[in-house]
Amino acid sequence: MSEEHYLQIRGLKKAFGTQVVLGGIDMDIPLGGHTTVIGKSGTGKSVLLKCVSGLLAADAGTITAAGSKGAPPCSYMFQQNALFDSMTVEENVGLPLREKGKAGKTEIAERVSDLLEQLDLTAAAKKYPAEISGGMKKRVALARALITNPEIILFDEPTTGLDPQRKFSVFDMIRDYRKRFGFTVLMVSHDVPEVFEISDKIAWLDEGVIKFWGTPEELLSNPPEDLKPFLNPQLSPA
Amino acid sequence: MISKIGRQSIRLVSELGELAGFSAQASVALPKQRHIFEKLSRAIFEIGVRCVPITLIVGLFTGLVLGLQLYYVLAKFSSESLLGQAVALSIILEIGPVFTAIMIVGQAGSALSAEIGIQRNAEQIDALHTMQIDPIGFLVSPRLWAAIIAFPILTTFFDLIGIYGGYLTGVELLGVDPGAYWNRIFEAVSPQNIYNGLIKALAFGIITTLICAFQGYFTHIKADIPGARGVSQTTTRAVVYSSIAILMFDYLITSFQMAK
Repeated sequence: MSEEHYLQIRGLKKAFGTQVVLGGIDMDIPLGGHTTVIGKSGTGKSVLLKCVSGLLAADAGTITAAGSKGAPPCSYMFQQNALFDSMTVEENVGLPLREKGKAGKTEIAERVSDLLEQLDLTAAAKKYPAEISGGMKKRVALARALITNPEIILFDEPTTGLDPQRKFSVFDMIRDYRKRFGFTVLMVSHDVPEVFEISDKIAWLDEGVIKFWGTPEELLSNPPEDLKPFLNPQLSPA
Repeated sequence: MISKIGRQSIRLVSELGELAGFSAQASVALPKQRHIFEKLSRAIFEIGVRCVPITLIVGLFTGLVLGLQLYYVLAKFSSESLLGQAVALSIILEIGPVFTAIMIVGQAGSALSAEIGIQRNAEQIDALHTMQIDPIGFLVSPRLWAAIIAFPILTTFFDLIGIYGGYLTGVELLGVDPGAYWNRIFEAVSPQNIYNGLIKALAFGIITTLICAFQGYFTHIKADIPGARGVSQTTTRAVVYSSIAILMFDYLITSFQMAK
């Protein structure tokens, strides 16, 4: 495996009954980079992410993280944030440390407080998820994903249900915090072309396989024929 | 027809197998949890403390009605003095454990099933997985152990208030001798009777909590429809299955206890 790659995915297959969702995925996720998997709804983007995170068992194939023998220890940001309604913001963020790891009560409180400060969430620390805005919920979910200092964070359509302005602010947030904290990003999204601005690599998932792999510039300069209608739906025939 | 019965039987056996696996996981997961006392206290509050008022109200009215019904039956045989014994044994052995369990299922069991079902739909259970937190240990085990503690205690409350309800009707309203009422109870009710009643309460606590948690936890698989209606469906199933299980196991446990 090349050293610059954090995650190596080889021959990943997943089917539900007779429906093949992933028909053999090969990908090398660059270390510290931002890789976005694009594709139409229902093409298996989220399934790919769930296989990488271990939430779904793949039927075949391997996922290897640099420096480890198996799947990576990763954090996951869900479409709907998956925050616990009955816990405050600081309790949500501290949950992974409270339930796992060796940190004591004081250390957890300090780490949570520091992270909330870095993500401008200090004022919301004692609030419940229902009492904060959608954008803040995203940041809380990101804070919870960051609290364990993960090497990779998986983002499952982080802008679902957001208006264009908020969409851009979520993408900016991901870009800024990736630079600041240095984690690797694997994101699935159908927000094209917005994701090109923050991605280092683009993978186009269609019919269960990766049909394009490269930088956003490569994609835009020479897009595959099949991808053109997806990139620019206005130009495609009705 | 035969193939349909066969399919249903396979489905039932498979579901019972899944429930058994789920139960085994939930039973052993608590010691591996952190902050056990905090989680257990919260669960005891939800299942136990919050159910005290409904248990006391239902227990009191059950005792009142039972006192009234039994008084007129016993009066036909001029045996009104046996009222205390009849009320106490009916409540301790059968009505107390069964009614208490049904009340707790209606209040705490349905809430448990719906809460876990919503957490499943909101991807909170998946989130626990990705944080390497055992969701069954985190969400179900504390509730199971809380039920093991709370069901016998609430049943005891029901028994006591029910017997007092029988006293109010029999003694205060219908004129049975108070000494006879209480004496008959102390003479007739043995520690074995109390033990048998509490064993039932314990069994109902375990069975109903597991059924309710199981239905909620697998709402994405068990429900015919996804989303809120799916949660509503599995919550209803949780209450119905639990109520049936209470009555089935009541019969089974009573058969074993009588055969001794």
